Amino acid sequence: MEKASPQTQSLTAKDFKSEYKPIWCPGCGDFSVLSSITKALSVLGIGREEAAVISGIGCSSRIPAYTNVYGFHGVHGRSLALAAGLKLARPELTVLVTGGDGDGFSIGGNHFLHACRRNVDLTYIVMDNQVYGMTKGQASPTTAPEWEGSKLTPHGTGINPFQPLGVALAAGANFIARGFSGDPNGVAKLIVDAVRHPGFSFIQILTPCVTYRPEQRDWKNAVRKAPVEPTSDPERAGKRLMGDDGFNLGILYLGQRPPYHVPQGAKAGLADIEMQFSL
Amino acid sequence: MAVERTPPETVTIAMTGAGGAGVVTAGQILLETAAAAGLFGQMARAAGPQIRGGESAAYIRLGTRPVMSQDDTYEIHVAFDWANIERFAAELPLDGGSLVICDPAAGEVPEVITSTGARIVEIPLKKMAKEIPGGRPNMIGLGAVAALIGLPLETMAATLDKALGRKGREAVESGIVCIRAGSAALGESGVRCSFKVPASTLDGERWNISGNEATGLGAIRGGLRFVAAYPITPATEVLEWLAPNLEKLGGVLVQAEDELASINMIIGGSFGGVPSLTATSGPGLALMMESIGLAVASEVPVVIVNVMRGGPSTGIPTKSEQSDLNIALYGLHGDAPHLVTAANSVEDCLFTAHWSVHLAEVLQTPAIFLTDQSLGQTRTVFERPADLAFAGKREIAAAGVTGYRRYAVTDSGVSPMAIPGTPGGEYVADGLEHTPNGRPSSQSEDHLEQLEKRQRKLDNHDYGDHWADVSGDGEVAIVTWGSSTGPSREARDRARDQGLDARLVSMRLLAPAQVERFQAAIEGVERVLVVEQSHSRQFFRYLRAHYDLPAEVKVFNQPGPLPIRPGQVLEALVNWS
Repeated sequence: MEKASPQTQSLTAKDFKSEYKPIWCPGCGDFSVLSSITKALSVLGIGREEAAVISGIGCSSRIPAYTNVYGFHGVHGRSLALAAGLKLARPELTVLVTGGDGDGFSIGGNHFLHACRRNVDLTYIVMDNQVYGMTKGQASPTTAPEWEGSKLTPHGTGINPFQPLGVALAAGANFIARGFSGDPNGVAKLIVDAVRHPGFSFIQILTPCVTYRPEQRDWKNAVRKAPVEPTSDPERAGKRLMGDDGFNLGILYLGQRPPYHVPQGAKAGLADIEMQFSL
Repeated sequence: MAVERTPPETVTIAMTGAGGAGVVTAGQILLETAAAAGLFGQMARAAGPQIRGGESAAYIRLGTRPVMSQDDTYEIHVAFDWANIERFAAELPLDGGSLVICDPAAGEVPEVITSTGARIVEIPLKKMAKEIPGGRPNMIGLGAVAALIGLPLETMAATLDKALGRKGREAVESGIVCIRAGSAALGESGVRCSFKVPASTLDGERWNISGNEATGLGAIRGGLRFVAAYPITPATEVLEWLAPNLEKLGGVLVQAEDELASINMIIGGSFGGVPSLTATSGPGLALMMESIGLAVASEVPVVIVNVMRGGPSTGIPTKSEQSDLNIALYGLHGDAPHLVTAANSVEDCLFTAHWSVHLAEVLQTPAIFLTDQSLGQTRTVFERPADLAFAGKREIAAAGVTGYRRYAVTDSGVSPMAIPGTPGGEYVADGLEHTPNGRPSSQSEDHLEQLEKRQRKLDNHDYGDHWADVSGDGEVAIVTWGSSTGPSREARDRARDQGLDARLVSMRLLAPAQVERFQAAIEGVERVLVVEQSHSRQFFRYLRAHYDLPAEVKVFNQPGPLPIRPGQVLEALVNWS
């Protein structure tokens, strides 16, 4: 499927990294996800020019600048729409979408639903740290209701956390997985599998924010490999996703839906089309 | 009396009726028949707010010369019934020279009609239709109009065959019988009309096209191949026309979940190297504003068609107004130079859509292309437009360039754009301010350098003569834009017939402002009449902000949904004080 690229054979993870130093805090989980992404790109064996990383706004949305492929750092919440446009216009490209829980599930929530429904062949990587880091520590859609760590919601949000995997399943995502940034090789493998699976692939990566949620350092003790095999049965996947505690890692659903179809190839010329207006 | 006010080479016909009366069908057949008989013409539409079955009106003007505007009054009004007629009364000026054809079975003629002094001719449309198998009152009315203005019945029968053929032979035959019956009934009434269809002078190919269709066609002529959009009245027909036709050309159209998605999808498509467009109306444009700024900052060419309707908020979705000029010009946050273009006739939707795609591609920036409901949903018959030579050519970076810098500072301000798939061109497009190589920067010198580059590329481009349509001579000028141009042009022509020469400046490029060209166009002008369809005089304020106007400036403005009529502009021009 991919064009042979002169560079393809020799590209390593390092070749996919740019020379820019990330703005992230020391110890941020995003560093590790960046490494997983560049490693996955090298495993996929594509040329740098054949991939694009698209993002919105937030700490994790800075990732495109730290890679060496084509990229777009757009506005807050709209990365999935921009990526879908790119993929529909240029189906031969490998398009990854990266961002955080606020970008994807709050301001971008509607696009998340419809990206799952539309099932365009994209891979969506959400670095979920249950907090808005870039604006210095506010509650996000995945924050627990009783978390009182933000000046904006001093009594906690009091509202139900968003369940991204369950929502993705209900909306029609074709590949659903969870990873942990502390396991960069596991995350890289999930990304490779997600890219290779047709349709819309969604990976939630638990990615601690050591600055505003230092207690998330303990996630390394909570996560575990999901004690189940991937299923393509939405009913089983639904029970699995609604029943788990948010720390089961691995591919949790592998759908069989065909990806969004775009008709290709011209069937008429402009002159034929203009004929309809002629009297 | 009507003859004095109205150039004798045109005739105006309004048809009104409840849902299902077939007003629009009858209007389209009338327009097509007239076109086949060698006339020019246009048909505007008005509808009530109902989703289905609401009352509707077709406003038709036919002529032996191209028709660019509705007229001051309607000479013929066919009322199939009186359903909600008061809703149309203000848009349907009648006077003592008008003739109203109506059905006695529809009840007493409403006061809003009788008070105009129009002559009333009663024809039992429903009763006659009932006596014909498969007969329809709208076809009886159509026959009456044909007889009144002298349209050959055989020409109308041929059009009917084309229009109703897919409904089967019986529908066509019964339609023809209805038309003959309506024509005969009109003959018996003994009424006359001053306009008569002359022997056909048809030469050359003519088109029948709506503004929304012309917008779609113009854009694909300009190279458009990717569209993402969300339905909204009155822009939806641009999209519904593009969907099947773009596909035939190998392009892609996707229905987005909302306008935030549509604008970002087309930015993505265009980032991928494919000329991209969305179409919307006021509320949708408002939703897109943040991301249009992204296209400015990241220098991604996109075209946003805005088919204006009455605002603010939901406003009057089915009717026209020129009140989105401010948001198109000034709606972006930050210093965000972009293109704002406007079509000034149905025919011009074709050119300006094409030109907008071209400019966006050449200048790597968003173009907001303004039309409105009255242009978009009006069908016009005109001579086949010429093919245009220019096609959108983006400056593309070659493969294998070392040290490629996406936002390199150039003399023109335009920097070669690398398209994904091009080895060596890998870069990150960014809404963050950036250095020439695309790295995010908050440094004052980088900001200034990129601001100046983005402004310079628009300011230095040679837009040629397309920036405006300028015509006529004299010390007085009408300065206008968009759909106000048609009535202004006709007013100028009528003034000339009365011995008053006036210039007409109809601006097609609103941003960036073409100051030198504008000043040259009004050189020697002592008085300017500004014509626009907005309550707050948005266009006048725009002119005041950018150009030097002579001391004597008068504004004729009115909000929608009432169309600006040539007589109003003429009155403002002739009675200056």
